[in-house]
Amino acid sequence: MYRYDDFDRQLVQERTEQFREQVKRRLAGDITEEQFRPLRLMNGVYLQLHAYMLRVAIPYGTLRADQLRELGSIARKYDKGYGHFTTRQNIQYNWPKLDEIPDALLDLANVEMHAIQTSGNCIRNTTTDQYAGAAADEIEDPRPYCELIRQWSTFHPEFTYLPRKFKIAVTGSPNDRAAVKVHDIGLRMHQNEAGETGFEVIVGGGLGRTPFVGKTIRDFIGKNDLFSYLEAILRVYNRFGRRDNKYKARIKILVHEEGIDKIRDLVEEEWAQIRDGSLRVSDEEIAHYIAQFTPPAFETLSDDDADFEVHKAANRRFFNWVRSNVIEHKQPGYAIANVSLKPIGGIPGDATDSQMELVADLSEKYSFGDVRVTHEQNLVLPHVKKADLFALWTALDAAGLGTANLGYVTDIISCPGLDYCALATARSIPLSQRISERFGDLDRQHDIGELKIKISGCINACGHHHVGHIGILGLDKRGKEFYQITLGGDASENAEIGKIAGAGFSEAEVVDAIESLVTKYIDIRESGERFIDTYRRVGMDPFKEVLYGDR
Amino acid sequence: MAIVKNDSVIEQEWVTVGAEGDLPSSDENLIVPLARFMEERDHLLGRNGGLGVQLNPGDVPEDLADDLDRLSIITVNFPAYTDGRGYSYGRVLRERMGFTGELRAIGDVLRDQILYMHRCGFDSYDLKVDGETALTKVRAALKEMSVYYQPTGDGRVTAQSLRERRRVALDQKAS
Repeated sequence: MYRYDDFDRQLVQERTEQFREQVKRRLAGDITEEQFRPLRLMNGVYLQLHAYMLRVAIPYGTLRADQLRELGSIARKYDKGYGHFTTRQNIQYNWPKLDEIPDALLDLANVEMHAIQTSGNCIRNTTTDQYAGAAADEIEDPRPYCELIRQWSTFHPEFTYLPRKFKIAVTGSPNDRAAVKVHDIGLRMHQNEAGETGFEVIVGGGLGRTPFVGKTIRDFIGKNDLFSYLEAILRVYNRFGRRDNKYKARIKILVHEEGIDKIRDLVEEEWAQIRDGSLRVSDEEIAHYIAQFTPPAFETLSDDDADFEVHKAANRRFFNWVRSNVIEHKQPGYAIANVSLKPIGGIPGDATDSQMELVADLSEKYSFGDVRVTHEQNLVLPHVKKADLFALWTALDAAGLGTANLGYVTDIISCPGLDYCALATARSIPLSQRISERFGDLDRQHDIGELKIKISGCINACGHHHVGHIGILGLDKRGKEFYQITLGGDASENAEIGKIAGAGFSEAEVVDAIESLVTKYIDIRESGERFIDTYRRVGMDPFKEVLYGDR
Repeated sequence: MAIVKNDSVIEQEWVTVGAEGDLPSSDENLIVPLARFMEERDHLLGRNGGLGVQLNPGDVPEDLADDLDRLSIITVNFPAYTDGRGYSYGRVLRERMGFTGELRAIGDVLRDQILYMHRCGFDSYDLKVDGETALTKVRAALKEMSVYYQPTGDGRVTAQSLRERRRVALDQKAS
């Protein structure tokens, strides 16, 4: 895993000191809240409904054990004993006190972390596949490139006051687990005809009030040219992106209004002028970054472990957890273990201080001290020996972290909603809890199979409802919450924006509505079909009928 | 109002004129908006006084390609600090077009933007505060950070090239 060198360390320390001074100026009344706002936002400090919120960056969703332990410690010291993992692989604290935030940032800096650019109209945290470096289907570990993007984008002097925020996601696998097609820029690693590895560049995807699947601006960009190409896209966006209306300021609108061909021409013209410049990264330099992400010292093992099989046969709950939460690893004898932060009836993505510390300990014991955060708001121990899975699960289960529901109907993405967020129009957490309880029975969940429900508490779509197989959008109608259902969304390599099923449902009706959709799917599915497959085969009408009848 | 350039407060020696209206008849140093420069180019270049151009957001700095060596100053307007187009204009003018005259940030120029402006090629800053305060702010802003990841045309050495130098030095020591 990447370790800061003295340059990285100094940069973060200087930033921490700078923010401490800014907070001091604010607390002393030297600057107004209005003047303080842009300064705090650049450091991940939001003002929410009830309190300040601190969003901490977890670059490309990768954490070392000591970092996760510190996140737990911060939850205890500066918050109410928990944190919330987000769809951008970050963590948010909902109750820090402003005068203590500089101390929290110092604690973070000591473990090589920060809250830089987790807000504001700048390039945000780069996200990637949570199984990077472990997945059996991976072409190459994307994280060295993510780290290079992190550095290139940190305090970029030209791109810190963009028309709007800007999110980049990278996948090193053809099976996209990073939702790259719904980001401002998505990078998909693949090989060209010459056998070189590089990236397809996808631009203008996004959710929010105007969702789009991104379009390919370039089929292939070589690794050495990636950064000059990114700079060309950003410069075109910075110069020509709309600034007259914040709801039309994302690059997706520019791409939509001008057309991908015109944007491609502008970018190529810009790139031609900078491609041979100082942003060209040499093979040697890339090699230094690849060396930072060398695989851990795997043992040579047989892929089959006798004890593992015995435990599976003897323990039904362990068997279930393996079935849903354990994924194939590229190294024989190892597995990827997903730690669900979606206990039945719980708050999606929340983890307590002691849970974070436990996962940190377990990662040291079983996963080379490596932990990942997923955009679906779960944690991952990426490199666990099959022989250790039972002991790992036993420890997780005792702490409420052993829920066997990855990818199931109760593995819900949810934004914080009106319980915390100043922008929300409806609550999302209580709804996700009720859906989770309704479908809590594990056999039933397994029978339903993969079904991604995503809930947003307002049109800004932080809960990714547009790309949920079933999406739920909470709105406010004359002071009452109601929920609009979309169907057929997909965040994978087959990305699709879901379609609105019809009129919204009241809070009292919506869980029944979801259940009727699931029941319909069970009735009409063909063998091996997931919900999304059935929807694609039969279309909206059968589902609309169960929701609305003749209405 | 005070202008800071090269670590000192300088006098305003330029008269900025609007898009329309009469030009001062004397030999005064004039800054005109880009659109007006394009329209009245020959007349403006024929005057005796110094000439500069003001870029507003949405302008195309490339329009000045043939005339850069006749301009002593280009001002780039940041009507609100949140409008970052001027950063790109600065880099295009300096790094691509080779403009060597004064590049001044005007408008909503705040302390916390000055380092970024400097990195994008600006060398003077028009701040809405008194001279002493302006100088203090610019000095503080320019020394707040000492590590830079991005290569721009500002001459600052990036972390990457420092790392490279260190590697080379270590290699030499080893051999």
